[in-house]
Amino acid sequence: MIEENVSLPRIHYLNSHYGWKSWLLTTDHKRIGLLYMVSITLMFFLGGFFALLIRLELLTPQADMFNADTYNKFFTLHGVILIFFFLVPSIPATLGNFLIPLMIGAKDVAFPKLNLLSWYIFVIGSLFTLWVVAVGGIDTGWTFYTPYSTTFANTHVIAATLGVFFTGFSSILTGLNFIVTIHKMRAPGLTWFRLPLFIWSLYATSIIQVLATPVLGITMVLVAVERFAKVGIFDPALGGDPILFQHMFWFYSHPAVYIMILPSLGVVSELISAFTWKRVFGYKFVAVSSLMIAIFSFIVWGHHMYVSSMSIYAGMLFSILSYLVAVPSAVKVFNWTATLYKGSVSYDTPMLYALGFIGLFTIGGLTGLFLASMGLDRHLHDTYFVIAHFHLIMVGGAVMGYFGGLHYWWPKMFGRMYPEWWGRLSALIVFVGFNLSFFPQFIIGYLGMPRRYHVYAPEFQVLNVMSTAGSSILGVGYLLPLVYFIWSLRYGKVAANPWKAKGLEWETASPPPPENFLEQPIVTEEAYNYPTRPAQPVKHGGKLTGGFAQPAGTAGKGREAEVV
Amino acid sequence: MSNAHSPVAHHFYTIEQQKESATIGMWLFLATEILLFGALFTAYAVYRYKFPDAFMVASSRMDWKMGGLNTLFLIISSVTMVFAVSSAEKGRRGGLLGFLAATGFFGTLFLVVKYFEYMHHYHDHDVPGLNFQWTGAPELANGAQIFFFLYFFMTGLHALHMVVGLGLLIWIFLTAYWGKYSPEYYNPVEMFGLYWHFVDLVWIFLFPLLYLLGAHLPPGGGHH
Repeated sequence: MIEENVSLPRIHYLNSHYGWKSWLLTTDHKRIGLLYMVSITLMFFLGGFFALLIRLELLTPQADMFNADTYNKFFTLHGVILIFFFLVPSIPATLGNFLIPLMIGAKDVAFPKLNLLSWYIFVIGSLFTLWVVAVGGIDTGWTFYTPYSTTFANTHVIAATLGVFFTGFSSILTGLNFIVTIHKMRAPGLTWFRLPLFIWSLYATSIIQVLATPVLGITMVLVAVERFAKVGIFDPALGGDPILFQHMFWFYSHPAVYIMILPSLGVVSELISAFTWKRVFGYKFVAVSSLMIAIFSFIVWGHHMYVSSMSIYAGMLFSILSYLVAVPSAVKVFNWTATLYKGSVSYDTPMLYALGFIGLFTIGGLTGLFLASMGLDRHLHDTYFVIAHFHLIMVGGAVMGYFGGLHYWWPKMFGRMYPEWWGRLSALIVFVGFNLSFFPQFIIGYLGMPRRYHVYAPEFQVLNVMSTAGSSILGVGYLLPLVYFIWSLRYGKVAANPWKAKGLEWETASPPPPENFLEQPIVTEEAYNYPTRPAQPVKHGGKLTGGFAQPAGTAGKGREAEVV
Repeated sequence: MSNAHSPVAHHFYTIEQQKESATIGMWLFLATEILLFGALFTAYAVYRYKFPDAFMVASSRMDWKMGGLNTLFLIISSVTMVFAVSSAEKGRRGGLLGFLAATGFFGTLFLVVKYFEYMHHYHDHDVPGLNFQWTGAPELANGAQIFFFLYFFMTGLHALHMVVGLGLLIWIFLTAYWGKYSPEYYNPVEMFGLYWHFVDLVWIFLFPLLYLLGAHLPPGGGHH
């Protein structure tokens, strides 16, 4: 972080209009991003609350606080709320909405009114879900498997599926808006391979949102209709096929994992570059790997269904294809690591989140390979090993990326800094708490503890207590930023670009004016075109000279570049 | 740059940029629609493979003449829609209004025929979840129930798209009547045309898959 002596701009998007109408009827992508941020923060803490209740029950092997039915509702609500109402919209709808037009030099997204409409649809979906929470919950698991959900469950399945249906359409419209925006609204000179990697990853995310979500939407409607009208589309007693439901569900819900993680991968690329002060190594490979992940994401869903009675030959194909996803994912991790090499790394809060992300994403990804192999999956299926694996990707990955991005762009969004010391502390607490929560779960899962039970064999207690302890630490780590972010809105130090980061979003004022840029920017350089930083004097031919260290990839350019 | 009367929205720089954005957006929207219907076509394929005889016999309970008539209505409405877009492009307001009205007329005829078909099935106790009673061979009952469920769900979703389309058409007609469109700016007409053709195209797939499987069987769900 670099000390700045700046003052807030006189007119910016936050103070240009006043009153509740100026927020609820806004078409400004920045304000819509904030509307999303407030909504998903509520959902985040609600879903997290259910997680804590789950962990509390699992402190002891017996049923202490909740019976099986209540416990089933808690893990279902935890999953439904955090997946559909927090993780899927998280980075795209908040940071994406706020940053895409700024990063590509546009005044707004291509369809501003549609953008506001998607927020309202999201709110409608959320209200359905909150209603379900209020009137007694749902106990099917977030996967809504049939025929339990359609025939046997006596909880509020229809309202929950309709909530998911609505939020799905919000997601589709956001993705559609972003794709068109990235295609048609780029500033002159901003060619595809000059785009920030965050834009590439959101483009790939949007493709999945647009193409996968409609299938989930119609599947949810089928479940609701079957339950309401007692028809037999998925009910085996009436000739229906529950496996068809699983296919249709995972056709969306596997790609959805990439809806959650791809934006984080993009954020981390931005953070790695900004805090090493270097162009991301292998920029083109990192950019294209996002698209590869999006494409692969559509052809691996069967790895959720190895034990479902699906054909073993289909399983073999899905297994091989699932291994392939490791390739573009590894491309990213290796390239980030190569970027760190000889970079001038600074360990500000966003970078701590990014580094934590890399480690957890790598382990989460590698354990995914265990689960992609059919033989091992027979042992690990529906155990805590699976829970640990996908929490590493979704929480250790997606949420860490979201928090890293929030800290990094906070001064851009509000013109004020959060307290850096508290930021680093929270990043550390989150990392420690996260690992303590989920690493024991790999072991208890491997030893055979199944998911979705509120009682367990006594020999698993020590590891479960560790996990519960970790989750309470994690909870503190998440509450801290909530407190100091709100504090910083008023008392934070005024900042414009405290990282001295490159990118169009940093070239306008912080907070940006309502129209983003006072005149249309014209792009003449690559992304992350960082000048070389003055470094320690280096030895040349045995003599000390006052030259500059030349980071990889900028050799030859460095001497012309401006030194800051 | 833009002013209050310009058709170019404030965040676009040129009318071409606006037009191309709308066009890409519309095609993407149609892609989502293909996936929406695609899931149902997948379910149809799975169950037709599972219950080939039941699907054939249940399909013979469809009135292919009414379905055929409706196919004709939709094809005609697509042709009139093409002429409507062409009139807008050439700035012929009268032609635009006339062809839009014709499109709406044939679209409405489609829904009227569909209404009578649904009523007919209702009286024959063909509606799953409402009054489904299978009088044919008992071993075909499950497959036939799924066939009829898919029939009502898919044609119902299609009819919903027709209703939305007719609502949009009224809006396009009114804005055309108020003189909003010109050869320089008629993009909404063209975008609506894309939507209309898409909805017609869905029907072109639905008709043979639902109506014609048992066309060689005696009417009324006989055995073979």
